[in-house]
Amino acid sequence: MSKRFVAIWFRHLLTDWLALRRPDLRNLPFVIAIKDHGRLLITATNNLAETEGIYPGMLAADAKALVPSLEIIDDIPGKGNKLLKGIGEWCIRYTPIIIMDPSDGLILDISGCAHLWGGEHAYLQEIISRLKGNGYDVRAAIADTIGTAWAVARFGKINPIIGFNQQAEALLSLPPAALRLESSVLERLQKLGLKTISSFMTMPRSVLRRRFGEGILLRLDQALGNEDEFYTSLLPVKPYEERLPSLEPIRTAVGIEIAVQKLLEMLCKRLQQEGKGIRTAVFKGYRIDGKVVQMAIGTNLASHNIQHLYKLFELKISTLEPALGIELFTLEASKVEDIPPHQEALWTGKPGLEDGSLAELLDRLAGKVGAETIHRYLPDEHYWPERSIKTSCSIKDKPSIRWRTDKPRPVQLLAQPEKIDVTAPIPDYPPMLFRYKEKVHHVKKADGPERIEREWWLDAGQHRDYYHVEDQNGQRYWLFRSGHYNEDGANEWFIHGFFA
Amino acid sequence: MYLPQTKKDIINQLQKSILLMQGFTPPVSAAADSVGLGAIEAAFPNGVFPRGAIHEFLSAAPEQAAANGGFISGILNTLMQQGGACLWISMSRTLFPPSLKIFGVEPDRLIFVDLKREKDVLWAMEEALKCNGLAAVIGELSEISFTQTRRLQLAAEQSRVTGFVLRSNPKKLSATACVARWNISSLPSELEEGMPGVGFPRWTVELLKVRNGNPGSWGIEWSDGGFRSIRSQPKVALLKRERLKVG
Repeated sequence: MSKRFVAIWFRHLLTDWLALRRPDLRNLPFVIAIKDHGRLLITATNNLAETEGIYPGMLAADAKALVPSLEIIDDIPGKGNKLLKGIGEWCIRYTPIIIMDPSDGLILDISGCAHLWGGEHAYLQEIISRLKGNGYDVRAAIADTIGTAWAVARFGKINPIIGFNQQAEALLSLPPAALRLESSVLERLQKLGLKTISSFMTMPRSVLRRRFGEGILLRLDQALGNEDEFYTSLLPVKPYEERLPSLEPIRTAVGIEIAVQKLLEMLCKRLQQEGKGIRTAVFKGYRIDGKVVQMAIGTNLASHNIQHLYKLFELKISTLEPALGIELFTLEASKVEDIPPHQEALWTGKPGLEDGSLAELLDRLAGKVGAETIHRYLPDEHYWPERSIKTSCSIKDKPSIRWRTDKPRPVQLLAQPEKIDVTAPIPDYPPMLFRYKEKVHHVKKADGPERIEREWWLDAGQHRDYYHVEDQNGQRYWLFRSGHYNEDGANEWFIHGFFA
Repeated sequence: MYLPQTKKDIINQLQKSILLMQGFTPPVSAAADSVGLGAIEAAFPNGVFPRGAIHEFLSAAPEQAAANGGFISGILNTLMQQGGACLWISMSRTLFPPSLKIFGVEPDRLIFVDLKREKDVLWAMEEALKCNGLAAVIGELSEISFTQTRRLQLAAEQSRVTGFVLRSNPKKLSATACVARWNISSLPSELEEGMPGVGFPRWTVELLKVRNGNPGSWGIEWSDGGFRSIRSQPKVALLKRERLKVG
């Protein structure tokens, strides 16, 4: 299929934008100028200034002489490209491939898009009227090549839509500047009296090359379509993305389920061939009312198992609101990882943390109740009990230090130590009895104290003297006194845990 | 033709076929399936601690929860020896993972799931019990009905994953489909005469209900990385006044 391009030319991009921002400038001639070697050089003009004969490249002082009431506004470097990029992103509704044409234009690759707007004429009309409605003075043209579309958009006088393979006819009457040539070449053409493309297009190539260099031949070939022109799209095409347009808007859960299934089949087939698996994926539905609904999933181990991934999405389908209907579904694997070849025989009978079925189970749990509910702990280098463990972020993490067993630690640890009343005989002796939750426990056996110093660089407070005690029923507790023993009996005692 | 059989043989035969129907497959070798509980294992059918089944633990007070934690980790020690992982599902978890290392469990091989609703805990337990990549699943619940345990039990029988249900509100003890109901309570530790400090953890292990087995009560101690059975002593003797010993 032959390619089709739209070239859009913003005649007064910066001044139009400024006029939108400052309505008071709308009916005044004004220019944007930049400081250049101690003088002010005009870089952009508005329509009114242009009719007065002021062009970009003039000096502001000269322009002021022509139009004394001329407003001169400082240039914001890089603003033009930023503006162009913003408009380019907005144009994504017309085609997925948008090419920036620096300083004042956009090129749209519209191959296979125009029929959605009822033909090229209506398509072009739509783009121009939308942009004009937004306050931008634009010209646009459609042709088979970027070069011809560019030329016709800027210099064409008759028809903005150039039919298939009619580039040569369209270019004949245009000036050489329409070929995007360097200014030195243009000057030389001007000197030789070659005022239209038709006057030199039929010349032998060797003659053109000798007099004007390789550039003119390349531009001519690109405009005529004899040579491919390479470009980079403004929004890069996602490497792992599949699209599924629907004939009629989808509004039911069953319809969405089918879409998920189909997209997964398409994507996973590709991933399988490349030996990769999904870590995170986003499923998007483009609704008729212009909004986008989406659901995202994540896996603990990379996977290209369709059934498993489908189950993860299935849990979330109910959160999508189709409203009036979804017309386009996309599935993008936003993070993929290599999957090492699976060795069935070695894994069976030796389940562990890296077991595939465990990872799939955790994915399902995370999908239903949220990933923040799943915890795994690794030892940390702190003596302070609350800080002696840290949560692990990945199921593959291995403990960097060994779990300590030299000091007894309770099986149940209270999140907050609870205050208790005690009777303690002498300094550094464990209590004789303590009262916890209205129950009195007589201490029969005790171990301790184990002093744990507070990490002063992390928080302030008293150290703790821990005692491991056993009461008359054989129940074992972990108590501590906060700080040093106090002569006047104002000691604070806490219960912090329960031993097995 | 039938050989002449005694009544006892016939009854044994019938009992075995009933066990088979109920999902108790006879063990390949009793020693391989032992979880180190010694005499207690004899209370179960075939004399083997049932894996791939749901065990129910009463856990009323935090002290008892701690005892349960210790006792279950002792069993997990064996269950996880083949390199399996274990899922601990609860709503308000106070378990302190580093303490389980004493009982031979690598705390980093436990995965904790902290949920907000009892319904989610049951759902997560059932999903986890269906996953044969796990060694065991532990769920902390306040209440569980017969139907719910039946669901869990069926899932566990399929996947051969052992499930433990800790019931924190055992006031209304409804019937369940679990293979056993355990009640673990702390016993005063004992040290050699004259030694100060607190000794190894000791518990009274009561099997209140065992499907096709014999309920009973045992004293047990965790020392040297394994369960040791202790001779049951009259409680009065243990409660005799001792002098406070300090280390």
